[in-house]
Amino acid sequence: MIIDLKKFTETERPYWIELEALLKKLEDNASARLSLDQLRRLHYLYERASAGLGKLMTFAVAPETRNYLEALVARAYAEVHDTRGQQHRLAFLTWFLHTFPQTFRKYIRAFALSCAVTIAGCVLGAILLAAFPENKSVLLPFSHLHGSPSERVANEQRNPGRIGGAEAQFSATLMTHNTRVSILTLSLGMTYGVGTVISLFYNGVILGAVCWDYITDGQTIFLLGWLLPHGVIEIPAILIAGQAGLLLASALIGWGKRASLRERLRAISNELLTLIGGVATLLVWAGLIEAFLSQRHEPEIPYVVKIGFGLVELLVLILFLAASGRAKEEAKAK
Amino acid sequence: MSAPVATLSIRTPEGISFHLLLAGTVPRFLAWLVDALAAMMVGYVASLLALFFAIVDQSFASAVGVISYFVLSICYGIYFEWMWRGQTPGKRLLRLRVMDMHGLRLQFSQVAIRNLLRAVDVLPAFYVVGGAVSLINRHCQRLGDIAANTIVIRIPETIAPDIEDLAGSKYNSLRDYPHLEARLRQTVTPQEAALALDSLRRAKTLDNEERVRFFDDLAAYFQTIVEFPPEATEMIGAEQYIRNVVDVIYRPPKG
Repeated sequence: MIIDLKKFTETERPYWIELEALLKKLEDNASARLSLDQLRRLHYLYERASAGLGKLMTFAVAPETRNYLEALVARAYAEVHDTRGQQHRLAFLTWFLHTFPQTFRKYIRAFALSCAVTIAGCVLGAILLAAFPENKSVLLPFSHLHGSPSERVANEQRNPGRIGGAEAQFSATLMTHNTRVSILTLSLGMTYGVGTVISLFYNGVILGAVCWDYITDGQTIFLLGWLLPHGVIEIPAILIAGQAGLLLASALIGWGKRASLRERLRAISNELLTLIGGVATLLVWAGLIEAFLSQRHEPEIPYVVKIGFGLVELLVLILFLAASGRAKEEAKAK
Repeated sequence: MSAPVATLSIRTPEGISFHLLLAGTVPRFLAWLVDALAAMMVGYVASLLALFFAIVDQSFASAVGVISYFVLSICYGIYFEWMWRGQTPGKRLLRLRVMDMHGLRLQFSQVAIRNLLRAVDVLPAFYVVGGAVSLINRHCQRLGDIAANTIVIRIPETIAPDIEDLAGSKYNSLRDYPHLEARLRQTVTPQEAALALDSLRRAKTLDNEERVRFFDDLAAYFQTIVEFPPEATEMIGAEQYIRNVVDVIYRPPKG
């Protein structure tokens, strides 16, 4: 049997056009809400178009009508069948103060692994520099770290305010660069975590080598005064980016999980976004501190002030990540 | 013979299947080129605007420039794909759209993740990793799409169909033989019916000679399915014969 296509089209066309108009209204305005009557009508029109498509597939091959109806049913399907929660406007403070630390704690094991890889890199970096001091320029890719730490310290103390006047630009460069590195560390989770681990390990190697270089040259106080104010935020931020990368890798690998790959990836998508959003926020702070505080040394700012400031920041960060949003979490659990 | 079109089939709870045409690597690359050019232009305008801040402070102006460029490079795709439901200017131009893998509405996290993961797809340069992955992936997904559960589809041109012009409403000589008319409707397969309908739709795209030859062949083929007496066919051309066949198949007599 072949259906009377003309009659079919004539009868159904007004419904298709009505459905198209309703869909356009929803598509043009992401926050548009339909009344209950409109929703019922949308559902009716969707079912009618679906039935039409089914009829067409069974009783006739009319490619253009079928393509048109398929496209229409596909659009309506997305509106009718999406039962995932509607997204609300983001309340930044609630998200940063509650959701971010809660998510961090939820995947604390991935963070621990991220720390372990970085520490392993630090140890290797220190060992390599101790064993092959002549290859310092290979280990440390930044030219300002190639010279002797003592000379650098003497130079910085002789010429205070070296970057005076360019702090804003320097700060912006640091923020954007570090955020890019964090996004890459997260993205490399798609290499089943291999890329993320390499990235974290390499960062650790550089950090370990720098620390070893300054400590063995007797410049520990300078090192702490230079690194602590921004490093206590920047380094954990990179580690959290690594945590996100490892989380992505774990969803890809899916050990011991019965859910399909798509389900696993869907389950962590909001959490990945929360972690990387939190990292970006922390890096904005770290960028400001590095440009406006870390690069100013004695006699401009006493080391004890810088080290003290860094320790207070570290304490606040630990408290924030360990406890913020916990009351809400517990209330939810009850 | 044309290459098979990659599609994703989705079956609805109502038992209806629909197909989404997956976009290949080349149109996606072209869309990216358009977007890269558009972002560059916006970036240029933003850098000019940032110069105004130099009145306040040169370093501050540079900072605004650096941050604007960064925000633009990260947020361009996220902003447009979220606000334009899976489309950027480049995708809109090439009739492409990002969609959820299950045909559902895009969530913000999906849009953000597929755009953030460009960081790995773009490696080592010009989307070599993303391009290679999308070539071997059966849904033409790059790594960002896999992580976000998204696909990029081609949007077919859809116009509400109307066969009035094709079948015509003039006298149809085949209708003088109702038993043969009924046999034709009964015997012809949906594929053959679609071939006849499609050929009329595309007739204008053929040049005159091709058109005559093609419809001669097609009419000869349909006469082998059900042979109408010469009186019904000799006074009409091959194309009109096919038009009458379509009329018979798709518009059965009332009652």
